[in-house]
Amino acid sequence: MKSIILIAGSRLLVALMTVFAVYMLLRGHNQPGGGFIGGLLAAVGFVIYAIACGTEGARQALRFRPTDIAAVGLGFALFAGVMAAFFSDDFFTGQWLFINATPQDKGIPLSSVLVFDVGVFLVVFGSVLSIVFALEEEV
Amino acid sequence: MEPLLSILIGVLVAGAVYLMLARSLMRFLFGLILLSNAANLAIFVSGRMTAGAPPLVPDGMDVPPEVVANALPQALVLTAIVIGFGLFAFALILAVRAFRSLGTLNTDDMRVAEPKEKG
Amino acid sequence: MSWYLSLPLILPFATAIICYLLRDRPSGAWVSVAGSALGLVAAIVLMALVLQNGVVAGQMGEWPAPFGITLVADLLSAVMVLITAITALAVAIYALSDVDARHGQLGYHALFQILIAGVTGAFLTGDLFNLYVWFEVMLIASFGLLVLHGGKEQIDGGVKYVALNLISTILFLTGIGLLYGQTGTLNFADLAVKVDAVENKALLTVIAMLFMVAFSVKAAAFPLFFWLPAAYHTPSFAVSAVFAGLLTKVGVYALMRTFTLVFDHDVGYTHTILLWVACFTMVTGVLGAAAQSDFRKILSFHIISQIGYMILGLAIYTPLAIVGAVFYLVHHIIVKANLFLIAGISQRLTGGSDVFKIGGLYKSSPFLAVLFLIPAFSLAGFPPLSGFWAKYIIVKASLDESLWIVAFIALAVGLMTIYSMTKIWAEAFWKDHPDGIDPKLSALPGRTALLVPVIGLALLTMVIGLMPEPFVTFAERSAAQLLDPTEYITTVLGPEAMQAADPLEVAP
Repeated sequence: MKSIILIAGSRLLVALMTVFAVYMLLRGHNQPGGGFIGGLLAAVGFVIYAIACGTEGARQALRFRPTDIAAVGLGFALFAGVMAAFFSDDFFTGQWLFINATPQDKGIPLSSVLVFDVGVFLVVFGSVLSIVFALEEEV
Repeated sequence: MEPLLSILIGVLVAGAVYLMLARSLMRFLFGLILLSNAANLAIFVSGRMTAGAPPLVPDGMDVPPEVVANALPQALVLTAIVIGFGLFAFALILAVRAFRSLGTLNTDDMRVAEPKEKG
Repeated sequence: MSWYLSLPLILPFATAIICYLLRDRPSGAWVSVAGSALGLVAAIVLMALVLQNGVVAGQMGEWPAPFGITLVADLLSAVMVLITAITALAVAIYALSDVDARHGQLGYHALFQILIAGVTGAFLTGDLFNLYVWFEVMLIASFGLLVLHGGKEQIDGGVKYVALNLISTILFLTGIGLLYGQTGTLNFADLAVKVDAVENKALLTVIAMLFMVAFSVKAAAFPLFFWLPAAYHTPSFAVSAVFAGLLTKVGVYALMRTFTLVFDHDVGYTHTILLWVACFTMVTGVLGAAAQSDFRKILSFHIISQIGYMILGLAIYTPLAIVGAVFYLVHHIIVKANLFLIAGISQRLTGGSDVFKIGGLYKSSPFLAVLFLIPAFSLAGFPPLSGFWAKYIIVKASLDESLWIVAFIALAVGLMTIYSMTKIWAEAFWKDHPDGIDPKLSALPGRTALLVPVIGLALLTMVIGLMPEPFVTFAERSAAQLLDPTEYITTVLGPEAMQAADPLEVAP
C-alpha cells in the first residue's frame, strides 16, 4: 500500500510514540507504566511505520535487527541483577544512587531497577517487532 | 462477584473445549486462548475479590490503613498473560508455517512425521 | 550463599546473549562450549556446598520467603543441576560438528543455552509459580529448537509438541490458581506447612490431580505421551539428545517435588493412580518401541517406558523406592542422551536412520559398536552397568511392598527393552549394509567433537555401574530429604516455621 498521507504521518507518529514510550518507561517506577508497556508502545510505532513503508523500510529505519535488540535487552536485565554482586548483596537486589540528595528530598534516584526496566523495554520492543515482521513478511 | 466470575470461567472452559475438539488447528488455537484466559481469571478470583484501593503503603506507615486489593494474584496474572502472549504468538506463526508447508490446517491430515497406517 | 545458587542460572543466560550476538561467526559454538564448561564448574561447586551444608536456600533481591523469589538446592536439585550441566557440556561439544553454520546463524546456540537455563531454573526454584515460569522459558526455547530446520517433518512434529505442551501449561496454571486460593501461598516450603491446614481435602485432591495431569504431559506418562514420539525424531541430533535427556525429566522432577513435599495428604489415592500410570507407561512405551524401525523412534518410545520406572519409584513411596527413582533419574539422563548422540553418529556414517535400511557398523566401526553397547545394555539393565542397579532397587522396593504384578511388569519391560536394543544391534551394527556402504568411523569429518561427549558419557555410565556405592548412598540421603522435608522447610522459612501452621489468614 502506498499512501503519501500515511507515510508522512507515520514518520511523525514513530517519533511521537517513541518519545511517549520512553516517558512511560521512566514513569513506570512509581506510577502505572514501565518497561513492558513502554516497549509495546515503541513497537507499535514501528509497526505503523512498517504498514506505511513496508517491513523493508521499517528494518532500515530500525538499523539493528530486532532480535539483536532483544538479546541486548536481555543482557541489560541480567546485568541489572548481577550489579548487586559489586555491593555484596544477593542476586537482583535493587541498588540505588541518589544524586543531589538532601535530608528532605531524595534528589534524582537512579537504580538498578531502572536498568532492568530498560532491559525489559528492549526485550519487548525487539521480540514484538521480530514477531510482527515475521508475520508480515510471511503473508 | 465470585459466583459470577466462576460461572464465567466455566463458560470460557466449555467454549474452549468445544473449540479444541475441532479438527482445524486455528480453532484449536482459539480454544487454547480462551482456556488460558479462564486460567488467568481463576488465579485472579482465587486471590479473593476486594473493592477498590490499590495496595500502596503511605509514607511513614508499615501497613496500609484500609483493606486493599491483593496484589499477588494480579502480578501472577500479569506474568501469565505476558508469557501466554509470547507462546501464542509463536503458535500462530507455527500455524501459518504449517499451512504453508503442509498445505492444510486439518489436524487429521498432519501425518508427515508419523506416516499413516497402511490399509 | 545465594550467588552459588544463582550462578548456574546466570551463566547460561549470559552465554546465550553472547552466542546470539556472535551468531554470524564460527566462534559462537565455542562460546557455547566455554559457557557450558563454566556452568559445569558452578554446578560442581553447588553440589559440594549442598553435600557439606545440607539444603541451601537463597532469596533473590533479599525479599524474605515466602514473599520473594526463592532458590533452593537440596540433594535432588543439586544432582539434577549437575547432570544438566554435564549433559549440556556434552551436547555443546557434539554441536561443534553436528550443527552447521546456517543453524548457528538462526540462533541454535543461544536457544540451547536458554533451554539449559530453563531446565536448571526449574530444578532450583523453590516456588510453584516460578516453576511455571521456568517451564515456559524451557518451552519457548525448545519450540524454537524444534522448528529451527523449518522442514515439513519438523513443522508437523512441532505442531503436536506445541499443542500438547500448551494444554499442560494451562492446566498447571489453573492448578496454581486453585492452590493459591486454598492456601494463600505458592512457596514450596510454605505450602508444605500450610496444606495441612486446608479443610477441604477433597478439593486439595482435585488440585493434586490437575498437577498430576499437567506434569504427566511434560513427563510423557501414559496416556499423555503422544506428543513425544511424534516430535523427538524430527530435529537435529544434538537437539533431540538434549530433549531426550532433560525435558521429560523436568516433568518427573516436578512430580517428585510436588508429590513428596506438597500433596502427601492422601497418598493412598494419588500414589495408587501414579502406580498404575507408571505400569501402563512402562508397557506402552516398550511395546511402541518394539513396533518401530527408526533408530530415534525406538529410542523415543524407550524414553516413555523408562519414565514409567521413575514414576513407579515415586508411586511406591517407600524410602527404598524413592532411592530407586532418584538413582534412575540420574542414570537415565546420561544413558539416553548418549544413545541419541550415537544415533546421530550412525546416521552420519550410514546415511539413514531406519535400522532395516542401514548396517555394517560393527564391521567397519567396532569402536562405535562398543560405545553403543554400553548405554544400550545399561538401558536394558545388564549388570554391572548403571541401569542394573537402578532397576534392581526399584524392583526390590516393589517386592518389599508385595506388589508382585508391578515387579513382574518392571522385569518384563526390562526384557522387552533388550529385544529393542538387540534389534538395533542386529540390524544397524551386525548385518552388512544393504547398499554395500562401508561406514568407516575414521573417515568421518569432525569425528573428535562427535566422539568425545559419547565416550565421556559412556565412561560415566561405567563409573556409576562399577562403583554404585557412593551413588546409592547419595540417593539414600536425597530420598531421606524428600520424605522428611523438615530440613527443606526450616532452611527456607527459618527454624520457627515447623511449629506454626496457623489457620489461614485471607482478606475478607
